[in-house]
Amino acid sequence: MLVGPSGGGKTTALKMINRLIDFEGGDISIDGQSVRSLDVTQLRRGIGYVIQQIGLFPHMTIEANIGTVPRLLGWERDRIRRRALELIELVGLDPDRDGRRYPAQLSGGQRQRVGLARALAADPPVMLMDEPFGALDPITRERLQDEFLALQAQIRKTVVFVTHDIDEAITMGDRIAVLREGGVLAQYDTPDRILSEPADEFVAQFVGADRGLKRLTLRRLRDIEPIDPPAARPGDNAQAARARVQRAGFETLVIVDDDGRPTGLLPIDRLATERVPEDGSEPLGAVGTPGMLLRDALSLMLSQTGSHLVVVDKNGRLAGLVSADLISEELVAK
Amino acid sequence: MTHVLAAKLAAAGPVIPNFGGGGAHSCVRRNGFFCWDWFRSHWSDTFQPALLDHIKLTAIAIGIGFAISFAAALLAYRFVRFETPFSIFSGILYTIPSAALFQLLVPITGLTTTTVEIALISYTLLILFRNTVVGLRGVSDEVREAARGMGFTRAQTLLRVELPLAAPAILAGVQIAAVTVISLATIGAFIVDEGLGGPIFRAITTDFNTEFVAAAVLTTLLAVVVYALIAGAQRVLTPWARREMAR
Repeated sequence: MLVGPSGGGKTTALKMINRLIDFEGGDISIDGQSVRSLDVTQLRRGIGYVIQQIGLFPHMTIEANIGTVPRLLGWERDRIRRRALELIELVGLDPDRDGRRYPAQLSGGQRQRVGLARALAADPPVMLMDEPFGALDPITRERLQDEFLALQAQIRKTVVFVTHDIDEAITMGDRIAVLREGGVLAQYDTPDRILSEPADEFVAQFVGADRGLKRLTLRRLRDIEPIDPPAARPGDNAQAARARVQRAGFETLVIVDDDGRPTGLLPIDRLATERVPEDGSEPLGAVGTPGMLLRDALSLMLSQTGSHLVVVDKNGRLAGLVSADLISEELVAK
Repeated sequence: MTHVLAAKLAAAGPVIPNFGGGGAHSCVRRNGFFCWDWFRSHWSDTFQPALLDHIKLTAIAIGIGFAISFAAALLAYRFVRFETPFSIFSGILYTIPSAALFQLLVPITGLTTTTVEIALISYTLLILFRNTVVGLRGVSDEVREAARGMGFTRAQTLLRVELPLAAPAILAGVQIAAVTVISLATIGAFIVDEGLGGPIFRAITTDFNTEFVAAAVLTTLLAVVVYALIAGAQRVLTPWARREMAR
């Protein structure tokens, strides 16, 4: 992730990798081989390249656009076609309908998907992405970011990504290089350390005063150990349930069904009966899943009255409770 | 100029119209606006050859004009400093009145088809050159950068990206140039009796309506047909540039 304000040389640095811009001193090597030792067109054909303006060829169909680099590499027609259709599908478009269309017939988001597919066509080990989502509306951008992360988890490319958006860098990156005006490297670190220990005033200001909150986007509910809450099924012994709630220092009991799925919260003062009652419990409200970002979990807690969030596993069974305290402890601990 | 024409007319025989060439129809004797029978009977000996000559004149002019302009446009696209000189050169040629240009060329190349072709070609250069350069320059920077970044060589970028994208502008230039040449070529009859200009000039001097109307209409029809053919070719060759493609 290359991030920083305009004039920091992010794009310049990126373009040096595929030698769209030449450099005098120093060296860039891919897999131990200097980019200067390779033929420039061969080098570029081996590197996926995605730019903000996309740069699809307007006179080619989507399929032909995606097949560009394979054609340059001299693949067989059938193989190019199969690869193009496979990629159209991979980036979430319809191979039958969209393959024959021209770029002008697609929306901005669809075009950037094609741009991504085109860069992936020859399965390059390295991808260069220059603000690939910069020109998209916020909703489409977020969707494409998520999809790209999911895709990246499968294809595992080395991606060099340029953005001026620190949030994007934090969400997408493993390592972030913060560049400042004049091309000076201000900090090169993991997103978490950039946020928790900015190297200097410039980085601190660039990541923003809300950097503590931003760290919440780096962790998910599965990263923290939830509280094991007192739970009982309707018909269980109320006396025992009440004892458990008190022992845990809680004021509510989580009601679960026979399969262990939480159905409601019962305040302890309504546990005066002999058995845990069928009804009379409060609704659960929002429920968290292990994959949820801590930021979103905290936000859910703030938007409802309870100080806890019920977490369920992928089968809907009760996995635990998370409190705001637990979340802040998590940030302090690391 | 007049002496050339006068000499030709004198050589052509009596000025008193011999419209019918035997069996003159009453329409011809009346000098009606358009005598269909006369036209039909002279189609194969006058109009068909004249039309074919006209097409040949035009095709050669466009072919050579295109070759010169295209080469010049590629040069100007690659090396900007060539653009202005060629623009000025072709612009000057374009502005010379056609009759004057013929007159200027006769001392050098004589009363030949070559003279006519040189003049016609010179009128195509500006249009074809400008349209090709504008078409190539119209290719957006991001498309060019994407091509470069994906590993196109310069020649591949030109052949597979820039020229195809410039094709609509280039074809539009060919379209205008062709129509211009078809119309201008009639004036070539000042120099040699080739193409549809011949019948037009003869008809002007003899005041024979049918011959005049037939040749003029054929010239116009030829222009319209060529225009439509190029438009059709453009539709087929550049489907992506159709207006309905825009969302």
